[in-house]
Amino acid sequence: MASLQDRANLVPQSPLAAAWRVFWPLALALVVGVLMQHQVRTNIDAYSSKQILDVGIAIILAVSLTIVNGFTGQFSIGHAGFLAVGGYVAGSITYYGSFALFGSAGATLGTMSGLYGAKEGAAFVTGGEGLFLFALLAGGLVAALLGVVVGLPSLRLRGDYLAIVTLGFGEIVRVLIQQTPQVLMSKDAIAAAKPLAVPLSVGGSLGFGNVPKYTSLFWVYAAVVLTLIFAYRLKQSSTGRAMLSIREDEIAAEAMGVKTTYYKVWGFAIAAFFAGIAGGLYAHTIGISLSPVDAGFQKSFDIIIMVVLGGLGSISGAAIAAAIVTYLPELLRTPDTLMKFAVVGVPMLVIGGALLAMAGKPDQGPGKKRGHDPRAFPRAVIGLGVIITGLSILAFVAKRFGINLSDYRLILFALALIVMMITRPQGLLGVRELWDGALYRPLRDFFTARRHKGGTA
Amino acid sequence: MLSVENLQVNYGAIRALHGISLKVEQGEVVTLIGCNGAGKTTTLRAISGIVKSSGGTVKYEGRDITRVKPHELVRLGIAHSPEGRGVFANMTVEENLDLGAYARHDHSEIAKDREKGLSLFPRLRERYKQLAGTLSGGEQQMLAMARALMARPRMLLLDEPSLGLAPQVVQTIFQIIREINAAGTTILLVEQNAHMALKVAHRAYVLEVGEIAMEGDAQKLAASDEVRKAYLGVG
Repeated sequence: MASLQDRANLVPQSPLAAAWRVFWPLALALVVGVLMQHQVRTNIDAYSSKQILDVGIAIILAVSLTIVNGFTGQFSIGHAGFLAVGGYVAGSITYYGSFALFGSAGATLGTMSGLYGAKEGAAFVTGGEGLFLFALLAGGLVAALLGVVVGLPSLRLRGDYLAIVTLGFGEIVRVLIQQTPQVLMSKDAIAAAKPLAVPLSVGGSLGFGNVPKYTSLFWVYAAVVLTLIFAYRLKQSSTGRAMLSIREDEIAAEAMGVKTTYYKVWGFAIAAFFAGIAGGLYAHTIGISLSPVDAGFQKSFDIIIMVVLGGLGSISGAAIAAAIVTYLPELLRTPDTLMKFAVVGVPMLVIGGALLAMAGKPDQGPGKKRGHDPRAFPRAVIGLGVIITGLSILAFVAKRFGINLSDYRLILFALALIVMMITRPQGLLGVRELWDGALYRPLRDFFTARRHKGGTA
Repeated sequence: MLSVENLQVNYGAIRALHGISLKVEQGEVVTLIGCNGAGKTTTLRAISGIVKSSGGTVKYEGRDITRVKPHELVRLGIAHSPEGRGVFANMTVEENLDLGAYARHDHSEIAKDREKGLSLFPRLRERYKQLAGTLSGGEQQMLAMARALMARPRMLLLDEPSLGLAPQVVQTIFQIIREINAAGTTILLVEQNAHMALKVAHRAYVLEVGEIAMEGDAQKLAASDEVRKAYLGVG
């Protein structure tokens, strides 16, 4: 975290630098998205593509919840409510919007859309994609607005009370969606319905599966990149610092002049926005039929597991845990893959261990080199080793006795949570970030483009 | 500078403060002493607005601040160093100090105040990049006070700075309280350690179950039989 003093020493930003600050994340998002769509997706099968897509959506959800549960320290357990709101709003806009604009609800895929890619000779961008992008943003904004509406009265509460309110919110969303009328399947049906009732006809408990399927690795990973950069910048900003101070000690934060309710509501709204975007991406995914269950407690709890496992307050931790929690059940489905994974796991072990070890202690700054904890690397390697060996043994045993491990994955998750809480209650990374390590400093400085006039204290 | 009139606070059906009146003049150290549960912390929290009062007024420099929100109070020049220190444990000493200046935007002046704070508490300079949660109790208390001073307050509300500290450290802390006051900051000090508090303070109020039992010159109170018996364990 750059100190205020660092900030005072910063050369004032030129307009060019300010533009660069906005431009490079967008450019990076585009590049990563295009690479995912045209290099990664084309080299893997459909099943793996879907898994990687799920991982991306989970990362957005986990990182967004980190802003509430991790930064401001408020425990929200109704995050799926925002996911569902974003999904239904976006889905309704693209579905009925497509009827209004293009005459049918089919997706008009450009080269960047669709999980399995567009047909040969598809246009580079299509109008349908524009509608999709608009729908995503609208879903996010509606979710954020709802976040403010829910947050304003409830965030005056502290701790457990807030958790109960958010739980109630998720359930209200779920029940309200259940009451919606069935989807209007044709132009005639839409014409016959009352205009105001049209966008609300999203299928009730039957689900809303007819949403045009635009979501692709491009869209998801572009959103992942933007979410991560946003969360990172938020954490570094004075707004983020105010949020963190609320987590640390609300009374002290207030005594320092931090408007606690204001920042709690802000955090809630931002988190709801990204959850809404994730919901929109989810709604437009092939094979997904949005249903009221997506707003339910089970879904909220999945996201909380990711955040807690990753370490409350750690963006990178939440992202890593999201990937693990989403991908692991799929691995458990096929013990063979899991065993292969164990072989591939050895190099991963070393790389992962190095990454975790480098997360190390926070940068101690110049003049006070405390160096790294020498035990961090071996510990991380041993920890990962135990996990991977354990999983391999599990896979072997499961194969030997013909057990379908994926049936038991919820038990395994519960066990993992218990073991985690006993051995490492702060989660994978605690409140630290991968990039907090001193070894990442040059990279960080490059990307944040910090130029200092003088030294720091 | 600060005048409290008939301040009342209820916690549900329980009345914690039965109408407290006190005054703090510019440049003074005024201490509020009393036993556990007498309402010392509640008084301080009611003054800074963290606890809502149910009656009475608080005036600061002639202005009614009874309903002013705690975060706005900082901008008026009152800093509150809360009971139990309340340092931001997962942040470094530096970041804690930065947050103390949260309400200010005059960066170069903030840097000067940080320097002042660090020379007042040299231990904090040694621990500058360390996480606040890893500091000792005494160091955390120093940090809490230094952090409150970063707001450049004209008035400092100090809640139990001696809480849970070794006698040696308590001496240091009270020495620094004197220095802070000598530099021009008015201090309202809540303390259980009546002995130390009465040494430092100009005037004192003795709080007993939500009411002011005695008030007056700190030295005279320290010499009075009642206070000596009840709070100083002498005689």
